[in-house]
Amino acid sequence: MEELIAQAAAATGYPASMVERSAAARAKAEGTTIEAVLAGWAGVEVPTAAAAGAPGGAPDAAAPAQAAAPAGAMSLEDLAAAAAEESGMPAKLLMRSATAKAKAQGVAVEAVLAEMAGVPVPTIGAPAAAPAASTSAAPAAAAAPVMAPAPEGVRTQRLLTVVKSKAIQQVKTEPVDKVNTWPHLVAAEFVALMAMTAFLLVLSVIINAPLLEAANFNLTPNPSKAPWYFLGLQELLSYFDPQIAGVLIPGLIGLVGLGAIPYIDRNPATRPSERKFAIMMFTFFLMGAATLGIIGSFFRGPGFNFTYPWTDGVFFDDLLDWLE
Amino acid sequence: MADDKVGLLERVRESVTTAPSKMRKSQFWESVFRPGSPFRAGYTDSPRGRSYVIMNNVLYHLHPVKVKRHGVRLSYTLCLGGLSFFLFIVLTITGIFLMFYYTPSEERAYADIEALATSVTFGTLMRNMHRWGAHLMVLTVFLHMSRVFYHGAYKPPREFNWVIGVVLLLLTLLLSFTGYLLPWDQLALWAITVGSNMGAFAPVIGNQVSYVLLAGVQISGATLLRFYVLHVLFLPFVIVIFMAVHFWRVRKDGGISGPL
Ligand code: HEM
Repeated sequence: MEELIAQAAAATGYPASMVERSAAARAKAEGTTIEAVLAGWAGVEVPTAAAAGAPGGAPDAAAPAQAAAPAGAMSLEDLAAAAAEESGMPAKLLMRSATAKAKAQGVAVEAVLAEMAGVPVPTIGAPAAAPAASTSAAPAAAAAPVMAPAPEGVRTQRLLTVVKSKAIQQVKTEPVDKVNTWPHLVAAEFVALMAMTAFLLVLSVIINAPLLEAANFNLTPNPSKAPWYFLGLQELLSYFDPQIAGVLIPGLIGLVGLGAIPYIDRNPATRPSERKFAIMMFTFFLMGAATLGIIGSFFRGPGFNFTYPWTDGVFFDDLLDWLE
Repeated sequence: MADDKVGLLERVRESVTTAPSKMRKSQFWESVFRPGSPFRAGYTDSPRGRSYVIMNNVLYHLHPVKVKRHGVRLSYTLCLGGLSFFLFIVLTITGIFLMFYYTPSEERAYADIEALATSVTFGTLMRNMHRWGAHLMVLTVFLHMSRVFYHGAYKPPREFNWVIGVVLLLLTLLLSFTGYLLPWDQLALWAITVGSNMGAFAPVIGNQVSYVLLAGVQISGATLLRFYVLHVLFLPFVIVIFMAVHFWRVRKDGGISGPL
């Protein structure tokens, strides 16, 4: 067997593993043995041991011979049925396509059907029905099937070239690993949504929103603080001129700068190790904002002067209810 | 007589057990749930069935039929964008509730907020949820922005969605800021005073902008009405439009970014 594979591989020029695989597939499809197929490719005598086991020694030649006998006597229906069985298509469809093909090629329907069924073309009908085809069809019809089996040792097809799939296909998008939105994403979203609802409910039950005395224009509280997300800016105001802290930094750096990030950062990489500088800058920005915000929220007391929350208490009215 | 009773029981039992499947085949039920819905009779849990669930559902406006596997993992987006949107919905619902009891006038505003705690069923809970939800939304939007940055998810072709995101951040802050004034207590009045004083420093247009926003040179009852309309109508309207474009761009830009 190995020897046969090696011979077949040498004769065909394919790798041995491929030859073995395709021989097995062909043997299965044709109902012969692998050895017979390999021997055919290698152009050697079919090993006798294998030949005994095989249904007909050289099946390529034997099968049509078997079928040849009845073919001549077959009626159109029988031929259609045989062709249908051979091709696995419904007989009715097959008849239609055979008729169309016969008409297009100017040969007899029987000839087309016989070709489809893989039996010798019946002698009757062919020359009579299609004079145009008689020169080519008639001589062949008498002696051999239309698709004559390849003689021993002759390869009927060969490999021209191996083409990578991308060279002949237009690949528009790379295939990506995807999952169905339902149920995978929808389920995850539902869980997140429920968790957030639970968290918000618990928060709202245990901490009350602050409500101080009614607004009074004549009584400025000390300290007066902005909403917490602006406390970083208010903190900046105690270091810089208002034109800088109130306008330049939030407006230019905060908004315009933030919006311009994609146009400033031209590095196409997304892997963190390849964009260390960008990550460093942004982290720096976040840390700065967080530090200023925390100082403004918890370390600023009356007169917006620096205090320690653990000595003078916290001046952060948003969480008044919780702090008490 | 006894036979009749047994027969009746049998019939009742039969109709009770077949009711659900009959209902699912009724014209009404089938008119509500479109073909492909998992609530319809004959739904099969196959790849095809799963695709139809999204395709024939209003969710198709938000989600494609399939998403990248890594995008589903909670650790990728931490669901922060989705949670920002969800909090916005919670805020809309609780906000509408609060609107039934609130009058944006100098005379009534404070008393109305006080009354939520004393004479409105679930008034305190709704106010608390609205307030903490708003703070949480500022937080989730901010964290969402950070997660987008650290994933480099603003890089081509997603640059402009980042810009839309920055507008969303600004709108979120403005929504929170305008809402802050509405209780009309000392905290509200003076926090907004400090905040808008900072804005007034802007060169050239600072005073004009602050005049328009405050409906005058100083906070007054007119400011309250102005902030109220901005808070319950104008800004939500604008942010919904920007969110629609934002979500649409997420899909048009090829879905969620990554994997890294
Ligand atoms: C109201 C505020 C916002 C809402 C409701 C929102 C919602 C969302 C949602 C649902 C997604 C899908 C992916 C995810 O959940 O992470 C997303 C993606 C995105 N968001 Fe936002 N967002 C908001 C604010 C922002 C901000 C402030 C920025 C940046 C400055 C931003 C930039 C982006 C970008 C670039 C994407 C695409 C990310 C990717 O493909 O991985 N968004 N947003």
